[in-house]
Amino acid sequence: MQALTNKAKQVNRAPMSFMEKLYLPAIIKGMMITFSHIFKKKPTINYPEKKRPFSPVFRGLQILNRDEEGRENCTACGLCAVACPAEAITMEAAERQPGEEHLYKEEKYAAKYEINMLRCIFCGLCEEACPKDAIYLSETFTPADYQRKQFIYSKNDLLIPHPKENEEAYLKALGNRPQKQTL
Amino acid sequence: MMLAMDFAFLIEKLILIVVVVFASLGIAMYTTFAERKVAAILQDRRGPNRAGPFGLLQPLADGMKLFFKEEIIPNFSSKTLFILGPALAMLTACMTSAVIPWGNKVELFGRSIDLQIADVNIGILYVFGVVSLGVYGIMIGAWASNNKFSLMGGLRAASQIISYELAMGISMIALLMVTGTLSLKEMVVQQQHGYWNVVYQPLGFLIFLICAFAECNRTPFDLPEAENELIGGYHTEYSSMKLGFYLFSEYINMFISSVVMATLFFGGYDLPFFDESTLAPNIAAIIGVAALMAKVIAFIFLFMWVRWTIPRFRYDQLMHLGWRILIPLALFNMLATGGAILYFGK
Repeated sequence: MQALTNKAKQVNRAPMSFMEKLYLPAIIKGMMITFSHIFKKKPTINYPEKKRPFSPVFRGLQILNRDEEGRENCTACGLCAVACPAEAITMEAAERQPGEEHLYKEEKYAAKYEINMLRCIFCGLCEEACPKDAIYLSETFTPADYQRKQFIYSKNDLLIPHPKENEEAYLKALGNRPQKQTL
Repeated sequence: MMLAMDFAFLIEKLILIVVVVFASLGIAMYTTFAERKVAAILQDRRGPNRAGPFGLLQPLADGMKLFFKEEIIPNFSSKTLFILGPALAMLTACMTSAVIPWGNKVELFGRSIDLQIADVNIGILYVFGVVSLGVYGIMIGAWASNNKFSLMGGLRAASQIISYELAMGISMIALLMVTGTLSLKEMVVQQQHGYWNVVYQPLGFLIFLICAFAECNRTPFDLPEAENELIGGYHTEYSSMKLGFYLFSEYINMFISSVVMATLFFGGYDLPFFDESTLAPNIAAIIGVAALMAKVIAFIFLFMWVRWTIPRFRYDQLMHLGWRILIPLALFNMLATGGAILYFGK
């Protein structure tokens, strides 16, 4: 029969020689191979102690951003919710009252902001849609939880720590993400 | 006076028994850990390293887990036999260590204590007898489970032990012709003064080694518990510490057969190229025990190394190897040894 490709190899079906029938040389050869693996480098990383570095475009858990003075960037425009292909984001807008200027950056803010982490596909379109650099994807994984309802993350879960009141946590949450220019 | 001596003798043996049983249990415990570690290292993994420093508490955690597991005795099983199975497996596994010389004499409290529970003059026959009893634990458990897979596993265990016991026994006879004694202690003393028996009996040792793998149900002869065809084999229906007993007795058996192989063929507690008789007896005894343990560890590593290298035999291959290769080879070895003894007039 004409072979279709020249990749096929002829199988050697000759009866085993005496040395091959002894099996022991083959067994010793195999054992030498396994023994040599003792000295090979182990690819495993001891996970919680040591973490693999992420690529700069890694998309993890969402974070609601604040500016340098600790004011929330979000204006509840709803572009992220529109952009979200999984329809995971809901929000309710409210008007900033006089005296709340230190809390919210602009006149309108999100009174309620929820992301359903069971729906979220971590595509990052919310981050792309946001004109105010108010939401971005961090390097954190979605943590495990016991109940489904706990996966609906409220504003408290999502907001970045205050940069003045809790500077250490703020810098940690910020990570090494380059600050985007806001409009 | 006589009574006092006997009492001291009893205490001495009792302490020795407790030490030996607990030591073999402890070693078996850490063999399970070593097995996982060796498997991991041979496969480029890390192995258990979470419980305690370097994962050293892992066997304790495993044991605790087995104790806390739900104990299930199936309704359709024969209850007495179901419990007897693992108990027997464990008992016979622990009994073998009685005739093994762990070291030379120790001087303590003005008494010279033999580091051997019983220097029986048929030592090696006793080992053989008890080891063959071990298969009853597996068979009884398998039968009592009233489960087809268990029964298959039990049948396989029985036929495997019968097939390989023969070759093992015949290879043993050749060794006995060389040593001229059945006592393990005397064999060690002989090897201390001459060469190790493996020099006289290389083929006999090879046959013995292969048969020891089969007797311990270790890969490539682990057909009784072949998990991908028999689920769990003879321990399919077992849970909790009864399962633990079965698994544990396998490791004790492995330890004991390593000790037996080291004693029969590799000089037991003899440290090679070194004359112990010039040292104080206690130090010599400690060196002896350490030498024996080093040999045992090497054998246990060999058991594991083979397990993670060679795949399991098919059942017909197993029978073919046992009956048509090992037994004729052992017979040939016996005849050749006899001829050599006649010719050289040793």
